[in-house]
Amino acid sequence: MSDVKMADETGAAGAPTRAGAGWGSALRFTLAMALLLGLLYPLAVVGLGQWLFPHQANASLLADPEGRVLGSTLVGQAFTGERYFQGRPSAVDYAADTLGGSNLAPSNPALRQRVEADAKRITARDGVAPGRIPGDLLTASGSGIDPHISPQAAAIQIARVARARGLREADVRALVARYSDSGGFGQPRVAVLPLNLALDGIAMRPLP
Amino acid sequence: MSALTLCYALLIGLALPLGLYMGRALDTHRPSALDRLFGPLEAALMRLAGVDQRASMSWSAYLLAVLKLHLLLIVLAWFVFMGQGVLPLNPDGIPGMHWDTALHTAVSFATNTNQQHYSGQAQLSYLSQTLAIVTLQFLTPATGLAVLLAITRSLLRRRAAADSAAAGVGNYYLDLTRIVIRVLLPLALVTALVLVWQGVPATYQGAQRVTMLEGGALQTIPRGPVAAMVAIKQLGTNGGGWYGPNSSVPLENPTALADVVESVALLLIPVASLIAVAMISGRRRLLLGIGGVMLVLSLSSTTLVMFSERLPNTALHGLALAGPNLEGKELRFGSDLSALWGSWTTQTSNGSVNAMLDSFNPLGGLGLLMDMFVNVTFGGIGVGLIGYLLYLMLAAFIGSLMVGRAPELFGKPLETREMRWISLAILAQPLSVLGLSALAVSFPGLAGTSNPGYHGLSQVLYEYTSAFANNGSGFEGLADATPWWNLSCVVALALGRFLPMLVPLAVAGWLAGKRTAPQGRGSLDLESGACVGLTAGVIVIVNLLGFLPVLVLGPIAEQLSLAG
Repeated sequence: MSDVKMADETGAAGAPTRAGAGWGSALRFTLAMALLLGLLYPLAVVGLGQWLFPHQANASLLADPEGRVLGSTLVGQAFTGERYFQGRPSAVDYAADTLGGSNLAPSNPALRQRVEADAKRITARDGVAPGRIPGDLLTASGSGIDPHISPQAAAIQIARVARARGLREADVRALVARYSDSGGFGQPRVAVLPLNLALDGIAMRPLP
Repeated sequence: MSALTLCYALLIGLALPLGLYMGRALDTHRPSALDRLFGPLEAALMRLAGVDQRASMSWSAYLLAVLKLHLLLIVLAWFVFMGQGVLPLNPDGIPGMHWDTALHTAVSFATNTNQQHYSGQAQLSYLSQTLAIVTLQFLTPATGLAVLLAITRSLLRRRAAADSAAAGVGNYYLDLTRIVIRVLLPLALVTALVLVWQGVPATYQGAQRVTMLEGGALQTIPRGPVAAMVAIKQLGTNGGGWYGPNSSVPLENPTALADVVESVALLLIPVASLIAVAMISGRRRLLLGIGGVMLVLSLSSTTLVMFSERLPNTALHGLALAGPNLEGKELRFGSDLSALWGSWTTQTSNGSVNAMLDSFNPLGGLGLLMDMFVNVTFGGIGVGLIGYLLYLMLAAFIGSLMVGRAPELFGKPLETREMRWISLAILAQPLSVLGLSALAVSFPGLAGTSNPGYHGLSQVLYEYTSAFANNGSGFEGLADATPWWNLSCVVALALGRFLPMLVPLAVAGWLAGKRTAPQGRGSLDLESGACVGLTAGVIVIVNLLGFLPVLVLGPIAEQLSLAG
């Protein structure tokens, strides 16, 4: 069965027809496809996703033993106090409903000003000499809710967090190691929110 | 293994079998066992549409069917975006979209561009994201591939070339249905489930509110049937994300593994299409040459962007440890996976991002712009190869004249009518991109740039380049949700989609109606190394002639100012 032959059956003397090029077909085809692709396909993915991976399908939420939602492992939170490990700069202050990066070009003087102010703060807070600050602590992420920092960025904060909480540095370092990921395909990283929850002694479990 | 080698190896390893499958599944001239598997569902859809699937269309009927379907799709999407406030599937109570942003969004998605002048998680309901956007994200790449199949049948197929004008170029609705049912839908389902496993949400529940650990402020975590959209966004060279900052958001791209899956999905079907067309047309050598040129262009661009982003951001000079440019990038990906994505997304007309391109180093930004000017480095689904054929037609014309023969393509004479339309389709790009950019920067208040100096010009240039290339990525600092940007981009979007896609369909139709001249020793052999080189030369020279001056004023000047 070839279309060439079939065209012979439909058109006079094998001439291509204009059948199916009308508005009616376009409209009916649009509606049929919208139903299949725009409603049934997403429904199928949600159905299968909820059945196979309910924790991930609901946005990877963490809860305390009473079921109170603490946050998501995929959404960073804003930390500013001495007692907590602090994440990367965020152009939206970790507002997950706004989201976004700084969109500042390397040539934009506003970027240099922001970086200088942050560097000064970090130097005063953690006693790191200018020029020795890990780059991820001076650059805003693309999403504005990056949940991770680099192992180096965690390392320079260990002494300060230990001091502020009256803990031994070795204990804090061990906790950092527990919430570190060597990277796989990606970069080595430390998950900031779970680490800080653990510092506060809050038990957490993935919410299905 | 480096990110570069891993992703190219995965890409080629997966595209080969997929291309062979597509070559069987989409060839309407050869029945296959797949017809028994998919036939009943396809026949049901064709009956719903009231289309006689045995009827083959003439090239002009095919073209008209494309335009009519797209007009209807734009109207449907426009209606849904403006009315979403009162329509169902809106748990977060998002109001209707303003008419001009809604129009821009509808045209942007109907042209496979997915340029976004809004932030999805805050401005679109679940109904808009699925019924309007996901539908378009399936049907627009399918249209690109369908038109490529029509051109393949009338221009490239070795057999049955003589009767091709009489037999028509195929049935648009049957092609669309087969591409959706046999290729896109199965691939999207599998990819979506892999993404859910990695952490992309799939739920109809509304946003989750949480109290932040320190200070007790509220944080709203937007959710939805995200994974279904992200899968086809990547696979269909679409690019419009669920969340505003696209796949930089951990909920849209949670892990490095998810990132590799989404990256390979960007290029998978454009590469596989070459293999499918080689099988259907029988012109293996021609497609091998084309694939070779595309691969060289792809590797050069990717290497340049990767090199650029490994350089430090000069704003951190003297303050940070030496390291790559991480401004606008996510820590889990680092600079290499971000640069690879940026480069692949501009080569393919996808336009999704996993990092903010506005904050790339100027050399990286230059690479992205070049990718979009060329726009045939594998390119958008179907339209990448169609765009390459457009350059091939120009190269055949120039090559024929160089050897002193009457211009011809596969033995068919290229005459005034063909060349006039081919030139128009090629020149429309510099004319509209440079013309609109010049207008926007001439009137203060129109441009809305957020970065000063050379980079401000790059932002404006990037927006129109991206619109015409049907890419959709942006230097997103630009304040683009204004009537000027919405309406002027609509012009670039429509021209950039329909001229370069439909002119080759018409030219192929005209050529099919002409007598084939016998091929002799003096004929131009389009599959020879010399012609492959000539076409590559035409691509590079046409784009440098058109865009080098503005590149000097934008990214090149910015790079030099940083070095000084």
